[in-house]
Amino acid sequence: MTTDTTADTTDTTATSVSDGEDAHQWTARVRHAAESAFPPDRLLPDRQPAYLTSWVYVFGILTVTTLAWVIVTGCILALMGPNWWHVSTTGHFVNSLHLWSVEAFFFFMVIHLWAKFFMAAWRGKRRLTWVTGVVSFVVSIAAAFTGYLTQQNFDSQWISTQAKDGINATGAGAFWNVLNFGQMLMWHIVLLPIGVVIIAAFHVLLVRRRGIVPPFADSRRHGAEPSPTADDRDEPA
Amino acid sequence: MSDRRAARRFNPDRDVEEWRGAYVPYDIIKEAVVALVAVAVLIVLLAVVFSSPDDPAVTLKRWSAVDPVDFAQTAITELDGTSGTATYGPPYNDTADAAQHIGFFEPAQWFGVHIPIDTAQDFVIGPLRTLPNQPQTHAALDRYESASSSQQSTWNAAYEKAVANARDVGGRLVVPAGSYGPVGVIIGSLTSMAQTGGLDGTLLSEGKFYNTDYTKPLLFIADGSYLGQLAQAQHLTGTQWGMMNETGNYPGQAWLWLYTMWYQVAPMNTSSNADLEVWVIMMVLTLGLIFLPFIPILRSIPRWTRVYRVIWRRYYHAAAQPTLSASPGS
Amino acid sequence: MLYIDLMTLTTLLGALVNLGGSGNYIHWGFIQLSVANFVVILLMILVFILAIVLPFPRRPGRDQ
Repeated sequence: MTTDTTADTTDTTATSVSDGEDAHQWTARVRHAAESAFPPDRLLPDRQPAYLTSWVYVFGILTVTTLAWVIVTGCILALMGPNWWHVSTTGHFVNSLHLWSVEAFFFFMVIHLWAKFFMAAWRGKRRLTWVTGVVSFVVSIAAAFTGYLTQQNFDSQWISTQAKDGINATGAGAFWNVLNFGQMLMWHIVLLPIGVVIIAAFHVLLVRRRGIVPPFADSRRHGAEPSPTADDRDEPA
Repeated sequence: MSDRRAARRFNPDRDVEEWRGAYVPYDIIKEAVVALVAVAVLIVLLAVVFSSPDDPAVTLKRWSAVDPVDFAQTAITELDGTSGTATYGPPYNDTADAAQHIGFFEPAQWFGVHIPIDTAQDFVIGPLRTLPNQPQTHAALDRYESASSSQQSTWNAAYEKAVANARDVGGRLVVPAGSYGPVGVIIGSLTSMAQTGGLDGTLLSEGKFYNTDYTKPLLFIADGSYLGQLAQAQHLTGTQWGMMNETGNYPGQAWLWLYTMWYQVAPMNTSSNADLEVWVIMMVLTLGLIFLPFIPILRSIPRWTRVYRVIWRRYYHAAAQPTLSASPGS
Repeated sequence: MLYIDLMTLTTLLGALVNLGGSGNYIHWGFIQLSVANFVVILLMILVFILAIVLPFPRRPGRDQ
């Protein structure tokens, strides 16, 4: 399946970075690197390896879509401000949606982590995929924690006054004050969601780049020399 | 590059033969949309059926009304500098040997005091000074502040002894008589101020119009017993594995099970440096999870446990069929 | 036409099952776990097991 990218003749001079005057151009080089790493049929594939025959594979997409709902419900809460859910039944309902989407997010993400562990999904140049996955888990915990801190109810009072001891012991409490509602709210609605989304996006792009990890070799062939581990799709088209 | 790769021994826990076999149709957009809709239905159902908890916050007003004795007993420790906050050390103050440490590793001390709190001034004297038309209170404050520190200590100790036997008479604090000078009026006034709600506002506003930093009122409330008693009733305290829990019967933060578990085991369960010790353990374990692919033995567990044989059983079954021509990797 | 105000709906349907009130807890040796968390953990394990054992529908057509 090929697509014609040369419909506009003026584009032909920009498709190859090795062409004289464009070789030094940052834009052309970035675009070419992106196109090499993520050709359209890899970014949005319509085929997958035949070994992907387990329901356990849906937990990655479930995690990502649940994250989308966490953000959407959080944005609705943000529309009306942090006090809304305490004084409005509609606001309380949206808060419930936000809470349960977070519970579901961790539910699916942990099952996804278990599955990827038992598949040893880091094999074959996929270690950074694993690393970004665990980092996004850790940053998500921090995001959820700041959410609990900013509820402005008894739960936040207890959580903040207890958690301060752990954080103060590390010295971070001098700058990251869990008793400071304003600071924690801004971390919760700005900094940590940006962090989670960027790391999760990086993680998903790595999955698209490297593909889903193949099964362990059949035990009859255990120890045999492998075919070249370089992925053919890594090489320029 | 290929010579170096050939020379590098294949490690089944690190390397893999990339797939050369069959591909099947896959609709990624449809899968994402189905997941989006399914999750939406799930969370709406959960929200409708279970809602979410919202136990109201404890105010100094509520605390001093429900338990004025505990309030007064806490207030005197703020005045005489023996409360949890007053003796906390960094980041609130410079109490000697208060910062947690493991050997020479004492990060709280290294970062120092960045949220300075003088409990006597910030929690007691300062708020009372803001009250207008309170000549008796201001006279007591003047007398206290102009006395020597040893005189102040004598009064404070006498009051602390007396307030141990204080009573709550219809919401009013009644403290046995004693030689505690102006301290009785000071603490009594502070209790009344708290019961009107004025102390909540004063501690939060810090004299400004806008504020979003609840450090002072939260530290004051946490120094007392009332908040902890409410938490104990909701199974939220440390020894109850409370870090994992939510109020009522709501599920909480099950993913914190390992973090809270360390507080229950020796030596952390009796250590005054438990918080720092548990943080160090969790940082090491977290790094271990992050870098698992690089750690021998741990990264072999998936292969040894063979759960993958269940996940990929169709593939292994197909690969074992001698009649299939499209066997992967060949 | 029946018009249901969103606020009325949410008021009516909020918390069909009341998870407030005093919680229930499991004590097992030194472990203390809320029933709610225990149920969530059990569900996760169950869902994981089901996900790896339940048969996945076969796809029609294969191509190289």
